[in-house]
Amino acid sequence: MDKVLRRLIIFVVLCSVAFTMRAQTAVNNDVDVDLDSITMHTLNEVIVTASRFTEVIPSQKLTGKELEGLNTLSVADALRYFSGVQLKDYGGVGGIKTVNIRGMGSEQMGVYYNGIQLGNAQNGQVDLGKFSLENIEEISLYNGQRSDVFQTAREFGSAGSIYLTTRRPRFKEGARANLKAGLKVGSFDFLNPSVLCEYKITDDIYATFNAEWINASGKYEFRYRRVTPAGEVAYDTTAIRENGDIDAVRIEGGVQGYMPRGKWKAYMYHYTSERGIPGAIVNNVWHRGERLWDRNSFVQAMFEYDITPKLSTKVNAKYAFDYTHYVNNDDKLIHVDNIYKQREVYASWANKYTILRNWDVSLAYDYQWNQLSEYREVQRNTHWVSLASAYALDDCFKVQASALATIVDEENRGRDDVPDKFKVTPAVFLSYKPFERADLVLRTFYKQSYRMPTFNDLYYTDMGNAYLKPELATQYNVGVMYDLDRNDNIFSFFRIGADVYYNKVKDKIIAYPKGQQFRWTMLNLGVVDIRGIDAQAMAVFRFPYHIELTTKLQYTYQEAIDITDPNDNYYGHQIPYIPWHSGSAIVMLSWREWMLNYSFIYVGERYNQQENIIYNYTQPWYTNDVSLVKIFRLKDVVLKATLEVNNLLDQDYDVILNYPMPKRNYRVGITVEI
Amino acid sequence: MLLATACRTDEIVIPAEYDRLPIGATPHCDPIGLYVLNEGNMGSNKASIDYVDLENGLYARNLYAERNPSVIKELGDVGNDLQIYGSKLYAVLNSSHKIEVMDARTLVRIGQIDIPNCRYINFHKGKAYVTSYVGPIAIDPNAQPGAVYCVDTTTLSVIDKCTVGYQPEEMAITNERIYIANSGGYRKPNYDNTLSVVDIATMKQIQKITVAPNLHRVRKDAYGQLWVSSRGDEASIPSRLFVLDYKENSSQEMVVTDTLDIPCSDMCIHGDSLYFYSLAWSDKLEGNVVTYGIVNVRTKELVTDNFITDGTEREIEKPYGVAVNPGNGDIYVTDGKNYVSSGTVHCYSREGKRKWSMRAGDIPAHMVFLRRDKQ
Repeated sequence: MDKVLRRLIIFVVLCSVAFTMRAQTAVNNDVDVDLDSITMHTLNEVIVTASRFTEVIPSQKLTGKELEGLNTLSVADALRYFSGVQLKDYGGVGGIKTVNIRGMGSEQMGVYYNGIQLGNAQNGQVDLGKFSLENIEEISLYNGQRSDVFQTAREFGSAGSIYLTTRRPRFKEGARANLKAGLKVGSFDFLNPSVLCEYKITDDIYATFNAEWINASGKYEFRYRRVTPAGEVAYDTTAIRENGDIDAVRIEGGVQGYMPRGKWKAYMYHYTSERGIPGAIVNNVWHRGERLWDRNSFVQAMFEYDITPKLSTKVNAKYAFDYTHYVNNDDKLIHVDNIYKQREVYASWANKYTILRNWDVSLAYDYQWNQLSEYREVQRNTHWVSLASAYALDDCFKVQASALATIVDEENRGRDDVPDKFKVTPAVFLSYKPFERADLVLRTFYKQSYRMPTFNDLYYTDMGNAYLKPELATQYNVGVMYDLDRNDNIFSFFRIGADVYYNKVKDKIIAYPKGQQFRWTMLNLGVVDIRGIDAQAMAVFRFPYHIELTTKLQYTYQEAIDITDPNDNYYGHQIPYIPWHSGSAIVMLSWREWMLNYSFIYVGERYNQQENIIYNYTQPWYTNDVSLVKIFRLKDVVLKATLEVNNLLDQDYDVILNYPMPKRNYRVGITVEI
Repeated sequence: MLLATACRTDEIVIPAEYDRLPIGATPHCDPIGLYVLNEGNMGSNKASIDYVDLENGLYARNLYAERNPSVIKELGDVGNDLQIYGSKLYAVLNSSHKIEVMDARTLVRIGQIDIPNCRYINFHKGKAYVTSYVGPIAIDPNAQPGAVYCVDTTTLSVIDKCTVGYQPEEMAITNERIYIANSGGYRKPNYDNTLSVVDIATMKQIQKITVAPNLHRVRKDAYGQLWVSSRGDEASIPSRLFVLDYKENSSQEMVVTDTLDIPCSDMCIHGDSLYFYSLAWSDKLEGNVVTYGIVNVRTKELVTDNFITDGTEREIEKPYGVAVNPGNGDIYVTDGKNYVSSGTVHCYSREGKRKWSMRAGDIPAHMVFLRRDKQ
C-alpha cells in the first residue's frame, strides 16, 4: 500500500505542476495563428485516414474517435478488431498478449513505435499488453510492409507490420499548451491515472510529456463448468484468479520540430512494472508463485530533410535497455531467480530520390547491435540494406518493388561456431484502379520475409541450436476494395473489400524433443501451408438531428495446416490456436456529445495442440462489449466520461487452454482536457 | 452445419473411447489387463489413464474422467508414476502435487494424498513411500534437498518424512531399507551422484552410496541385487547401468559391484531378463539414437541389443516406457512422439514380433498390470 500511496502522490504533484504550467501560459496568451489549429473531429476524418488509392498496400487502421469508443485498454485489445489477426491472451490486465497475422507466428510480426521497431532479441515477441492506448492516435496494420518507399531498411523485413503512432500535438488558436488528465477505475481493483501535456516551445517546436500508472490486483472470478454427455452437471466451480496483480508506470516524452524542408523528433520511453504471473489452472493448483519485474527503456531520434526537391534523407537512431527479473517463489517448486538484460543500439539512414514526378527510388541502410546477458552473454550485429522503387501510372496503376538484404554476424563467447546468416528477400506490390469515377481498387502482392532465430532459439540452455537457419515465409495476396463516398447523404459512406491469400512457412523453427526427460532442441523442421480470406465492410449513415451511425464488419477464414511430415499423426491438421473462422462487428452511434458503441468479437473453434482430436478441441469464444461516452464542454475545458462493460453476456472462456478469462467486468473513466 | 459449431455449448467431460485390440479377447488370462498413465505436457492438465483390457480385447482411452466426472479439472497435470498396491491404484501427478488414489478394478476415486512435487511411489508393509523434489527450505535456494514421504495406505495421510539427496527419483525397498536415486537434475552441471539409504523403522537417512551423476531408476531383482541407472551429464559422462549387492560378509551394507557400459533410459525386470531401452541425443546426427536390449541379471551380460526382432522398432519415434507382462512375457513399449501429440502403446510377443499398436494419450509412459482376483 505504501507504494500505491507514493505513486499517487507523484501523480498528484505531476498533475498540479502541469496545470500550473497551463494556467501560466493561458495568461500569456499571445495571439499567434497556428497552422495546426484543431480541426473538428468528424466521422469523415476517420474515413479519410483509412487506406484508399493513396496506398498501394492493403492496410487496416483504427484512429482517433474509433479508438476512443472501443473498449480497449492496451494495443493488444485494439488489434482484435483487425481481420487476419489472432491474439494470444493469457488473461487479465497483466497477462501476456501477443498477436500473429495470417497464421505466421508472432515472431514474423514487426511492431513499430513511431517508426522504429520494438525489439526483443531474446524471444522475438513483443508483449502488446504492455502498450497502453492512452497516448496512441493511430494503429495501423499492413500485410507485408508499409506503402511508403521512404522508410528504413528494417521496415521492409517483416511479414506483417503494426504501426503505433503517438498523438501529434494540435493546438487551439492562441494556445501554447494542451493538458489532458484522466482517471480510469474498474473491476480487478483497476486504477489508472494518466496525464498528458503538450507544449509549444516555438511555433515550430513542440514538446510532449505523457505518464500513466496502472495498478490492479488482477483478481477476478472465473468459472469452470462441465456436464456429462447425458447432460447432468459434472462439476461447476467458481474461483478467484490469483497472482495476476500488476503495478506499472509508463513515462514518455519527446520534442519535435518542423523546418521548411524537414522535421525532427526525439523521444524517450520508460516502462517499469512488477507483476504476478497467474499461470495455468490445473487440477489441485489454483495459484502460483511466479513474479516478474520489467524495465523497458528506450530513447530514439529521427531527422528528415529534403536536401533538394528531389532528394530526401532520413536518419533514425535508437538505444534500448530491457531488464527482466524473474522469480519463482512457489514453495512446491524449485526456487528460480534470474535476471536478464538486453541492450540494443540501432541506426538507420534512408534516402529517397524522385526520378520523375511519379517515380521514386529509395536506398536505406540499417545497423543494429543486440546483446543479451545472464544465462549466457551473447551478441549479434545485424545489417540491412534495402532498395525500393515506387511507380504510378496515370493515377490508375501503382507498383512498388523492394529487395532487402539481411546480414547477421553472430558473436558469442562460449560457443565456438555460430554461422553467420545472409538473406535477400524480394517483395512486389501492385494496385490498379480500372475506373476513373468509381473507387474500385484491385491489388496484389508477393513477399518473402525471414524471421531470424532469436537468442533463445540459438542459445537457450540445453534447448538452443546454434545452427538454425532463418525461418522463411512467402506470401501471395490478391484483393479488391470498393469505396462509395456520398458525403452529406444519409447513406454517407460505404466500403467493401476482400483479400485472398496463400502463405507458406518453410524451415519453421520448432521445439523438437531431444533424448529423454523433456529436453528439447530447436530445429528448422516445420512446414505450414496457410490459405485464407480477409473480408471487411463498413457503412456510415448520417441521420438528421446529428445522429450518426457507423458500422464495421470484419471476417477472416483461415486454413493453416501442418504439412511437415506425412508420418505425423497431425499431418494436414490445423495448427494450434488458429481458428477457421473469426471476425468482429462494431456499431457506433453518436448524437451530439453522446456516443454509444457496441462491439462483438468472435473466434471460432480451434485446437490447442497440433492434433485435431477431441482432447485438444477448444470451443469458440465471443464477447460483447458496450461503452457509453459523454463529452461535456465548459468553456475551454472538455470533460469526457466513459462507461465500459466488457463481456456483457458473462461468458466463461479460455483463449489459451487453462488460462481462464474474466467474466463480465466494468470500467469507468474520466478525462479532462484544457 | 456452420451455425451448429459456431456457438459455444456446454463443455462436456470427454468420455472414454473404446477400440478393439486386433488380437481379440484372451479369456482366463492373468494379468487381465494393464493401466497406462499418459503424462501430458506440463501446464496442459492432460494427464490421463488408459486401460488395456486383455481379457475382453479392448483398449479404453481416457477412462479416468468418465469414471470420475465430478472431479474438478480431471486427473491432473503431468503424470509421473503409476502403481497398484492391494486393491488400490496410485497415480503420482507431479505438477498437481498429489497422488490420486483409485479403486484398481473400477478406477473410481477413493481420495488423494497431497505431496508437493511428487515423483515416484513404492510400498512396504501397508505404507507408501513417495519421493519428492521438495524437502526442507534451504538457505541457498539452489541447494534445496528432496525428501521421501511415508504415507499410511488406509488413511491416505502423510505420517512421516525424511530428507534425502537432490531431486530424488525412483526408489527400491529391500531388507527394511529404502534405496533412493538422487538426480540433482536441477543443479546441472553439479548433479547429485548418490543413492540415499533410509532406514524404514526410524525414517532416517543412514547412508549415501556414491554411484554416478544424475541417477534415475532403481529396481530390485530376484537375487536381491539393485539395478540403478544414471542419466549421465549429457556431455562427457554417458548414461550407465550399475549393479549393487551386499558387501562381502555383510547382510546390511550395499556397494556397487558391477558397472555395465550400457546406456539405459528405462527398464523392466522379468525373471532373469532386464528389458531396457535407451534414448540418447546425438549432436552429430541431429537425432536420437535408440537401443532396445535385454541384460541377464544373473550373468550381467547383454543378451540382445534389439528385443524387437521384426524391424517395427523403426516406427517408434521416441520410446518412453517399457513393461513386460508377467503372465505371458509380452513386451509393451510406449512411444512419446513429440510430447505434444498422442503417443502410441505397442505390444510385442516375447519373440519380439509386434502384436498390436494403439493410440494413447499424450506421452504414454507408465504401465502397471492388473492381476486376476484370487478366488
